[in-house]
Amino acid sequence: MLELKHICVDVDDGNKEILKDINLTIKDHEFVVITGPNGGGKSTLAKVISGLMPLSEGQIFLDGVDITNDSITQRANAGISFAFQQPVRFKGITVRDLLELSVGEKIDENRLCLYLHDVGLCPKDYIDRDVDGSLSGGEIKRIEIAMIMARKTKLTLFDEPEAGIDLWSFNNLIDVFGKLQKETKGSIVVISHQERILNIADRIIVLSEGKITAEGAKDEILPQLLGDQMKCGFCIGEGIDFNE
Amino acid sequence: MNDTTKDLLAIISDVFGEPDGAYNIREDSQCAGRKSTENIKIEGKKDKPGIDIFIKEGTKGEKVFIPACITHSNVDDLVYNDFYVGEGADVTIVAGCGVHTDGEESSQHNGIHRFFVGKNARVIYLEKHVGVGEGTGARIINPETYVEIEEGGYLEMETTQIKGVDSTVRKTGGVVKEGGKLIVKEKIMTHGSQHAETNFTVDLEGFDSGVDLISRSVARDTSTQVFRSVINGNTRCTGHSECDAIIMDKASVSAIPELTANHIDASLIHEAAIGKIAGEQLMKLMTLGLTEKEAEAKIIDGFLR
Ligand SMILES: Nc1ncnc2c1ncn2[C@@H]1O[C@H](COP(=O)(O)OP(=O)(O)O)[C@@H](O)[C@H]1O
Ligand SMILES: [Mg+2]
Repeated sequence: MLELKHICVDVDDGNKEILKDINLTIKDHEFVVITGPNGGGKSTLAKVISGLMPLSEGQIFLDGVDITNDSITQRANAGISFAFQQPVRFKGITVRDLLELSVGEKIDENRLCLYLHDVGLCPKDYIDRDVDGSLSGGEIKRIEIAMIMARKTKLTLFDEPEAGIDLWSFNNLIDVFGKLQKETKGSIVVISHQERILNIADRIIVLSEGKITAEGAKDEILPQLLGDQMKCGFCIGEGIDFNE
Repeated sequence: MNDTTKDLLAIISDVFGEPDGAYNIREDSQCAGRKSTENIKIEGKKDKPGIDIFIKEGTKGEKVFIPACITHSNVDDLVYNDFYVGEGADVTIVAGCGVHTDGEESSQHNGIHRFFVGKNARVIYLEKHVGVGEGTGARIINPETYVEIEEGGYLEMETTQIKGVDSTVRKTGGVVKEGGKLIVKEKIMTHGSQHAETNFTVDLEGFDSGVDLISRSVARDTSTQVFRSVINGNTRCTGHSECDAIIMDKASVSAIPELTANHIDASLIHEAAIGKIAGEQLMKLMTLGLTEKEAEAKIIDGFLR
């Protein structure tokens, strides 16, 4: 279980508040989708949870343990995984290297291949590819997800996993979530604008201008998000385009 | 051959025991073993230190090993090696130099290599440099290479210097004729107060000739590196040079390109990227459970792979 208490993130010497007093609990086995307009603070929230970004105020608990001051590494080892919105490119590091690092040990080639299968990539074509600029946006996004499948931790954060996966289908992505949840029995938090992903959420959270503006079961929130023709009732200012 | 030479050989040429192919092993300015094969003749030079290597035309898939080792302090080695690669040959040459110092005096190896690559011949040249030993004496390696590539010839030179060489100044020059291609891949890592300098000068003389110079380097501590690449395109040709460096601590790296196109169809490119390890790369690996130090090591390993 993840608990966020009074999370604030300020930048520019406190002149800009990106997150404003966020309180949120993610239960075990829960599938939560965070949505909201661009610039609302969704990626920042994921970075704060995984330790990539410092918080200005507040506390984070994982299974009752205060991890607020833990490093990225400590949180990773405590069971937090994070698939970036913009996956990182390297030089001289292969898909195999990243999958092995994700698992934490050298493992059987067949097992490595399964993770690539999970994300619809042909292992033989990808396992020894460098994770560099030669991969397309969609390919690198799927490798990022394969790393998550290799880690299988109790809490996984996905930041807009649907971006660039046009060649692959949504159904596959949704299958990946299902498989991950079944195997880890953990919690999944997905940042997404996609109606089909919102549709499988246990709970939807709307983040806008650094605040939670709505939160509740899918059946309660989704109709309101989709109502008013693309204009989100909970968002401050601009609406979200659910067809993007 | 002494034990230090044996250890150095294993590092610089992955050779354990007798090499598989023609070879010449140089130990402290002496010849410690030589073998020619039917297609590859190795002969000592009469007028100066060094050897001539003659590779028969059409020789396919053979290897030549010419490592040089210095096993103690106070050695000043100078050697001239000339390679004559016959038309249509396809061979791999494994060179490499190990310098071991055990005392306060420095030791150095200056190797001057010339390659005459015949028509349509194809050569892979691998060279690893390493410095070892407990001595405080500086380990110095200054390689000089001159390359002449005939029509349709191809030379790929891979040089690696990862550890323990205190000072190195590398000069590589050459001429590439019609349809010929020169590829140079260099990997360097410097530590402490080491200095490494690379100077390329290549003339693209032949129609559709090409050169590709790729340097990957890591400079740590207070070490310094300089990468100079001069490419002259004198006809329709393609030239590319790339210097990609990671700096750490208080190190310094300069990349100085000089491209000259003397022909309307000469196409020359230089790319240089120097900077610290990308923070997002470190962070990604840390989200997989690596510590910052482990992540850094992994990124550098990959970069210099
Ligand atoms: N490191 C940072 N420094 C300053 N501003 C930032 C930083 N990171 C994000 N922001 C700003 O915070 C806001 C929220 O960004 P982000 O969390 O990426 O939003 P979302 O993922 O919801 O689109 C944006 O206005 C963004 O420009
Ligand atoms: Mg975002």
